[in-house]
Parts: sequence; C-alpha cells; structure tokens
Amino acid sequence: MRSIYAIYRKEMGHYFVSPIAYVVVGLFLILCGFFFNLYLGDAMRAAMEAQMQGAQFGMASNFDVPGEVIRAFLGVLALFLLFFMPMVTMGIFSDERRRGTMELLMTSPITETQIVLGKFFASFTLFLVMLLPTASYILFMWVKSEPMPPLRVVGAGYLGLLLFGGALLALGSFLSSLTENPIIAAVLTFGAFLLLWALDFGSSGAASTVESVVHYLSVINHYQGFTQGVIDTSALVYYVSFMVLFIFLTVRSVDSMRWRRA
Amino acid sequence: MIEVEDVTKSYGATTAVDHVSFTVNRGEILGFLGPNGAGKTTTMRILTGYMPATSGTARVSGFDVFKDSLQVRRHIGYLPEAPPVYPDMSVESYLEFVLRIKNVPAEKHSARVDDALAKTNLGDKRHELIKRLSRGYKQRVGLAQALVHDPDVIILDEPTVGLDPKQIIEVRNLIKALAGSHTIILSTHILPEVSMTCDRVVIINKGKIAAVDTPQNLTSQLRGGQRIRVETKAPEKQLQDLLSHVPGAARVEVGAGGADGHVAATVDSAQGQDVRSQVAAKIVEKGWPLYELRGLSLSLEDIFLQLTTDDAAHAQPSN
Repeated sequence: MRSIYAIYRKEMGHYFVSPIAYVVVGLFLILCGFFFNLYLGDAMRAAMEAQMQGAQFGMASNFDVPGEVIRAFLGVLALFLLFFMPMVTMGIFSDERRRGTMELLMTSPITETQIVLGKFFASFTLFLVMLLPTASYILFMWVKSEPMPPLRVVGAGYLGLLLFGGALLALGSFLSSLTENPIIAAVLTFGAFLLLWALDFGSSGAASTVESVVHYLSVINHYQGFTQGVIDTSALVYYVSFMVLFIFLTVRSVDSMRWRRA
Repeated sequence: MIEVEDVTKSYGATTAVDHVSFTVNRGEILGFLGPNGAGKTTTMRILTGYMPATSGTARVSGFDVFKDSLQVRRHIGYLPEAPPVYPDMSVESYLEFVLRIKNVPAEKHSARVDDALAKTNLGDKRHELIKRLSRGYKQRVGLAQALVHDPDVIILDEPTVGLDPKQIIEVRNLIKALAGSHTIILSTHILPEVSMTCDRVVIINKGKIAAVDTPQNLTSQLRGGQRIRVETKAPEKQLQDLLSHVPGAARVEVGAGGADGHVAATVDSAQGQDVRSQVAAKIVEKGWPLYELRGLSLSLEDIFLQLTTDDAAHAQPSN
C-alpha cells in the first residue's frame, strides 16, 4: 500500500508540476463550457418554441430544459474523453521506458501490480480533477432552472462517465506499456478508442448473435443507459471487467519487459 | 555476498552471457571489464533482478535473484548506464521518492538524503530541477540514487561516464570509501579505472569470462616471460644478429629508436630467463654506446587486448 502511494505521489507530481495537467484540464474545461452554453441556448430556444406552439393550440408545454441540456452535455463529455484520455495515458509507461526510469522501478522492492495501480489511481485522480469543475454547471442549473435538473440522470450520468473514463484509462495505460514512444502510444490509444466506439455503429440492429456480441463490446453503447438515468447491472459489469482486464494486461505487459531485450 | 553460478542469458539465437560464474566477497570492489557489448550490462541486470537469466543461478546476500527477487532488490542499489532520473523532479524530491520505493521508513529520509548529497557533493544542487543539471551532475544524482538507501550491495554500470577528470577522481574516491561497508560491482571499459579502484577484476568478452584475478596478478601472470627494451647506436642488421645469439632470447625486434640515429630493440625472453646482463655485456663488448636498458611490463591494456582479441600475438607492449 505504501509503495502504491509512493508511485501515486510521484505521478501526481509529474502531472501537476509539469504543464500536462493544466493544459489537459484547462482545454477540457474550455470546451465543456462552450458546449454547455451551446446546449443551454438550444434547449431554451426549443422550449420557447414549444411554449409558443403550446399556446397556439391551447396545450401546456412540457419541454424539460434541464433534462435535455444534461443529457446532451453528458453525451459530449464522453466524446471529449475520447480525445483527451489518450493525452493523459500516452506517457504513463512509454515515458518511463524511454527515460530508463523503468529500470529503477523494476529493480526496487515494489511489484509490477503496485506500479500499475499507483499509476492508474493517479491518472484517475487527474480525470476527477478534469470532471469536478463541470459539476458547477449542474449546480448553476440547480439554482437557476425550473424545473430542477433530474437528479437521477445527473447521478447515473456521472457514475457512467467515471466508469467510461476509467475503462479508457486502463486501456490507454496498457497500450502505453507496449511502446517506448508516447506518440505511438497516443495514436494506438486513440485508434483503439475510436474502434471500440465505432463498434456501436452498424451493429445497432443486432440481428445476429455476432452483431449483438459486437454491440455489447462497444465501449460507448453501455454509456447511453447512464445518460438516461438508468444504472444497468450489465453496463456496470462491462466497465468494471473492462478495467480489471486491462489493468491485469498492463501488469503482465510490464512484467514482460523483463523478458524482452531492452 | 554475491554468488553467480553458471549464468547464461540468451536472446533468441544470440547469447549475451555464456555460462558465467564468479563470486564477490563482502566489502570487496569487483571490476567488470570488457569491450562494449561483452555482456557486462546484461550480467548486472540479472544481478539486480531486472531480468531473469535463461539458466544458472545468482544469489545476492543469500537470496536467489529470481525466486526472492523482492528481497534481493531490497539489498541492492543500482546505477544503470543512463542515470534513471525524472527531469521534472528536484534532486531532493527525487531522492525522497527513491527512498519511498525502497521501503525506507519516513523518519530516516532526511538523514539519508543529507548523507547521499554529501557523499556525491550535490549539496548546492539540492533544490535544483534535474532537467537543469549538466550531464555530470545527472550522473552524480544517479549515483546518489544508488546509495541513498544504504544498500549492502551497490552495482554501478559505468559510473564515471560523462564526468570530467576531476569528477572522475571524486567518484573513484567515493567508490573506494564505500567499500568495506558495502560490496560493490562496477563495470567499465576504461582500464586505469579498474587498476585504480578494484580489488578484483573480471574480464568478460563475448559473454564469457576471460579472466578473474587481482589487477596485480593479472599483470604479472600474463607477462609470462620478460620483455626488455634496449636503445643503442649500431647498424640494425648487426644488432639483430648479435641479440638473437644471446642465450635465452626468444624474439628480437629492431627498429629506429629516438633521435640521433639511435636504434631500439625489444627482446622477449623465455619464462624465467633474465637476459639483461647478457645483452648489456654483448653491446658493450662491441663498443656500442648503451643509452637505455629496461624491462617492460605489460599493462592491463595489453592483457585486456590479449584476452579479448582473437589473435593474442598482436598484443603490443606499452612503454
């Protein structure tokens, strides 16, 4: 546990002493703010029109502005993660290999699992730091909007984001452990994310068994439920096992560095 | 302290280390000498638990490097070829990180850091970011990293690379000062380093051990017979003729020597024969002036070349 914490602390120092954290978090938040504003404007316009139409035909409008905004916002957050996570994970192991510091870690009395977990928790913390300020938008709606934003959607949506992001981090750190070059790691990670995302397209009909399996494997597919406020056990199982699998594979991959020719 | 038995490491078809065995006693400094690519780094990586051997066993402080790898790693300080430093950290926080992953209790940290900084003369760079340091300072930070947790065994892969001559002397003195309380293995391809710092030398070439001995023994053992150098003034042909007939002279080589038309000859004698008095007498007998007559000793350099080149006969004596 102490060793995991030692690695965790070092990684956090790496993120926050170097510009990485500030660039990634800052850019992410600028984009979030822009899109939140966009969706809010759209939803308010749509609500206004609905109200006018409702008045014309003598019906009460039931356009749910906060619900619409939050659903759209949660969707675009996941899209941003697709672009930002490879930047967070690309250097996790490839930098250590390139600098030769992997040799220090691997000749110290710590296990590969401790190294991998320490690094995973640190990247997850950075992810939390990215996500936390977006809660202010929800808070803003909480105070200002009528009706109140649907709590169930907010809660489930953020849980889904954490699971989705965690899965991407696990996959990204695994791919980073395969190469010494952070750029290659980033491209591999982005490609893999995109592929896992695209599995959802063209398989949504799910006519055959193969198609439904492919559909199940799509990393974004399980996220849709969360944005509707539904916590589906199969989605929970999917993300947790995805994370565990790739953390395990990363441990194996780090261990295999010992057997490779450096 | 360190026992290496019949260790082999192969990567696919190539064998980097080939049935290597040696031991290092407590408090000793062992030098690992060999050309680049001889298998020095691979052997060290096996000892530090970084990579497993293909076959054979190695033990450090009684623990098997493969089976009890974590125990071994607790007792070892290791400086790889490139200092394993994080550029974004300050020297102090880097050493504290190393102490944490080496499982040193927190209350000892500040004393250990002070000690390591003092030993490597890094006191004034304590708060400097490592990326701002020059090559030589980074190397010293790497060295501080290897000894900051006060390990029993210190393994240094080419510790003086990238240092200026003054720093090299400092590092050699530091290594000598560490011996006794620490067991040290260092690798190098610089010969004087070995004769100056090491108690024993392992000469390794193409993955195989060519010799294990003290630097002094290696020098005298490999000299075998004696080689002398004579400088005089005489016709080369006659001198060659004369020296070849000295009893005990095995091989004579004559060439131009120095200024003023001097002629120099080197004479190899068979084992146990001292030809110096005979040579002197013959030359004086001829009435030639004798400017110089001295025994040549083979340096480690020659031994190294003899052992590591396929044709040992090409080894030339140095003056």
